[in-house]
Amino acid sequence: MQEETIKKFMYMNRKAPYGTIYALEALEVVLIGAAFDQDVSLAFLDDGVFQLVEGQDTDGIGVKNFSPAFRALGDYDVTKLFVEKESLEERGLSPDDLMELVWEDEDDDWAEKPSIRIVTRDELKSILGDQDVILSF
Amino acid sequence: MKFGVVVNEGPYTHQASDSAYQFTKAALAKGHEITRVFFYHDGVNNGTRLTVPPQDDRNIQKNWTELGKEHDLDLVVCIAAAQRRGILDENEAKRQGKDADNIAEGFRISGLGQLIEAGIMSDRLVTFGD
Repeated sequence: MQEETIKKFMYMNRKAPYGTIYALEALEVVLIGAAFDQDVSLAFLDDGVFQLVEGQDTDGIGVKNFSPAFRALGDYDVTKLFVEKESLEERGLSPDDLMELVWEDEDDDWAEKPSIRIVTRDELKSILGDQDVILSF
Repeated sequence: MKFGVVVNEGPYTHQASDSAYQFTKAALAKGHEITRVFFYHDGVNNGTRLTVPPQDDRNIQKNWTELGKEHDLDLVVCIAAAQRRGILDENEAKRQGKDADNIAEGFRISGLGQLIEAGIMSDRLVTFGD
């Protein structure tokens, strides 16, 4: 019975990718959680939007660049990445600064579709209101 | 109601573990069920038996161990987070070739799947941390 329960899981990413471990360990939860066949979404807001910036280079700080792992999310059926528009703008970023993340839609002849969806703060509010489980990192 | 509890910060530096403990205790006193307490990020440091806080201060690890014993709580330390931070049980210490373990009584080390499962089987998953 337990296995049949499908809940809406939201992983909120609010911190920069480096400087603290929260972003990396959040991604580890997402990757493990993908095996549970739940309805998964990710949100990126506040400094969390920096996690998706294209061209991250961590050589200078001696920390592993884990951003390529975001590209694997589509293969794990994690296809809904909501990025808050206001958080981008407040940090001088635009959607063009982000990695191009895609997933393949098996119901549409495996067409590649974008995983990142830019949403406003108000839209994100209602998306969060729909969730069953919110894990904030 | 069934509550799952997540503790994301270590003891003493941050109030998260204290608040989670008080919450868990209060929820149990009100007759609620605690499905699991999951320790993640620096929260895994709540599960070492080697902490020696001053005698006039609370012992956070002991508080958890005692509450766990009293109510048969499932206190789970994330294995991936624990390995990074040097929290080991006997099996893990052996497996990793370390000369000691430090997991406290009443805690067990397991995978992140236990966190997801807590989310699935609880009516509410309550996170303590920033």
